[in-house]
Amino acid sequence: MCGTCGCGDSEIISVPVHESILAGNSERARHNREHFVQRGVFAVNLMGSPGSGKTAVLEATARALAGRRRVAAITGDLETDRDAERLRKAGVPTIAITTGSACHLDAEMVHRAAHHLPSDDLDYLFVENVGNLVCPAIYDLGQSANVVALSVTEGEDKPLKYPVMFRNADLVLLTKLDLLRHLQVSLEAIQESLARVMPRPATIAFSAQNGMGMDEWVEWLEAHRFANSWKPQPNVLRARARGATL
Amino acid sequence: MHEYSLIQSLLDRVEQEATAKKATAVRRLWVRLGTQSGVERDLFAAAFDVCRIATICEGAELKIETVDAQWECRVCGRRVGKGELLTCPDCGAAAKLVAGDELFLDRIEMEVA
Repeated sequence: MCGTCGCGDSEIISVPVHESILAGNSERARHNREHFVQRGVFAVNLMGSPGSGKTAVLEATARALAGRRRVAAITGDLETDRDAERLRKAGVPTIAITTGSACHLDAEMVHRAAHHLPSDDLDYLFVENVGNLVCPAIYDLGQSANVVALSVTEGEDKPLKYPVMFRNADLVLLTKLDLLRHLQVSLEAIQESLARVMPRPATIAFSAQNGMGMDEWVEWLEAHRFANSWKPQPNVLRARARGATL
Repeated sequence: MHEYSLIQSLLDRVEQEATAKKATAVRRLWVRLGTQSGVERDLFAAAFDVCRIATICEGAELKIETVDAQWECRVCGRRVGKGELLTCPDCGAAAKLVAGDELFLDRIEMEVA
């Protein structure tokens, strides 16, 4: 104790936290997920390297779903809104997030962008993440599925080099299949790499150029969207029965 | 290079605890990083050194515990080694990651007046 003013020596305390460093993002992602699921929007976080064909996948998907399902997109890039422009030309209402130097999207960015989309009138929301096989993998955005576009031109061992991205994937779209015949790359070797990093490897061989795999991809989307659809809770049904507007 | 944004989240969280406890300084932070967390230990430490300046963590030491990845069969519990197929050779079930994706702030040591 200080004899002059009575102040004490500082005390050292240890404060237990035991919390994920991403807890704040996870909380915002939970909010996004609730928002999407309650409105019957199936949100897909589409990730992959720059140039893996993410935008081409979405352009082709928009054409395949045109007139049947309502689709919107959020795109993330460090600079330019070129991807958003391409998707708008394909008839998809799209919000571009320009991240500046950030290498990934996070739940807050998606939250802000989603406010500019007609969530009440959508079946699918595709979030085209920043082209990157590392950083986007660990940020939950509130999506219902993680899909990775892996082009056959990237070689056979990308999954082994970037395991976290593939471990969290629900589906890997093997893109640019039309180019396979020009390459010294085997689909079996890619599948084998995936089986070492993905506990339940699910893949679709895909080509946005010639339409290969499109039916299977749409079937996958529809099956997962249906499984994910929100079931009204009993108290909500009761409220509706009383004439409440929710 | 998402390590910088992670460090920013970490510093915000520590600041929040320090304010709640009316701390005058933070001495040490204990963090657990799994080898499958998607975070590079050295980059994380380097980002901390840059970002802590002019925060309550300016003089704080960052203690990082690395946790190795561990996969197990989700049915029979058999261990699956690093780089092996993630399907149990005994029962054919998919493996699950039981350790190694940690990205945790465990504890903060701080000075209170």
